[in-house]
Amino acid sequence: MKKSEFLQGIRHGIPICLGYFSVSAAFGITAVRSGLPLWTAVLISLTNVTSAGQFAGVNLMVAGGSMIEIAMTTLIINIRYFLMSLSVSQKVESKMSMKKRLGIAYGITDEIFAVSMQQPRKLTASYMAGLILTPVVGWTLGTFVGGAATQLMPQKLSSAMGIALYGMFIAIIIPPAREQKNVLFTVILAIAASVAFSSLPVLKLLSGGWAIILITILVSGIAAWLFPRNEEENAG
Amino acid sequence: MSTKYIIASMFVMALTTYVIRMLPMAIFRKKINDKRVQSFLYYVPYAVLSAMTFPAIFSSTGSEVSAVVGCVVAIVLAYMKRGLLTVAVGAAVAVFLVQMIGF
Repeated sequence: MKKSEFLQGIRHGIPICLGYFSVSAAFGITAVRSGLPLWTAVLISLTNVTSAGQFAGVNLMVAGGSMIEIAMTTLIINIRYFLMSLSVSQKVESKMSMKKRLGIAYGITDEIFAVSMQQPRKLTASYMAGLILTPVVGWTLGTFVGGAATQLMPQKLSSAMGIALYGMFIAIIIPPAREQKNVLFTVILAIAASVAFSSLPVLKLLSGGWAIILITILVSGIAAWLFPRNEEENAG
Repeated sequence: MSTKYIIASMFVMALTTYVIRMLPMAIFRKKINDKRVQSFLYYVPYAVLSAMTFPAIFSSTGSEVSAVVGCVVAIVLAYMKRGLLTVAVGAAVAVFLVQMIGF
């Protein structure tokens, strides 16, 4: 374990941790109001570390869904992690042990993935451990606080926090889109496709999880075909 | 809802999610040298984050007006190359203020 790498990971995880705290507080509130004991809500957050998947899971539990239904819904909502994990697998140090790879896999969330992709160099296990630890603490603690103080958080404050994670995504996609036409193209095409999928009659029927992965494959494929990158550029 | 049912559901959710995250990490241990695949993976973060943010961001707060304002603030701050935390907090503060005014 390299201490400086670990500490840098911890530091980079702080913004994610803060954003997670509010979202997971909302999850804690929802779970407890749905009739789940607080400790199970906290345990769900600790073992899953996925926002949309957990909300959907609790909804299904309330409806008394079967295990197959719960597994399928979780698969559809979270299938995007497959592509993210694939990207991460290419960015971690090639000498990293299997055990460490399996450990890192636990913490590949949208935000941790996004921040790790911003790193200009190969990812070490120590860095990833730090980058995963801070957000997981925020995610778990937020669930506990939200579930324990169900009525206390002012509505206007909690609803304002809802935009924080999207703000982070914007902070990640805009600066490179400003400099590189190929990234700008990718961003605009993905937004257009996403808006189309959520509003057009037939496309709307596709559930959110599948729509995201379909758009990602289509748009990344088109961008890679139109703007292939050479070796040196890809080294980053 | 019995505790046994909750725990079983939690286990199914956690296992499904972990397997999705674990498979690529376990399978693709070697560097993929195909230029097309490399290019594809380079664009994945931008495509997936853009698609997840829009249009979902507009329904992420208490009202559409506040979400639009928050989104614009986030884009401007990001364009000025501010850090993740600044952009996230800036957007949330803007939303909070707009909601306090009454939109």
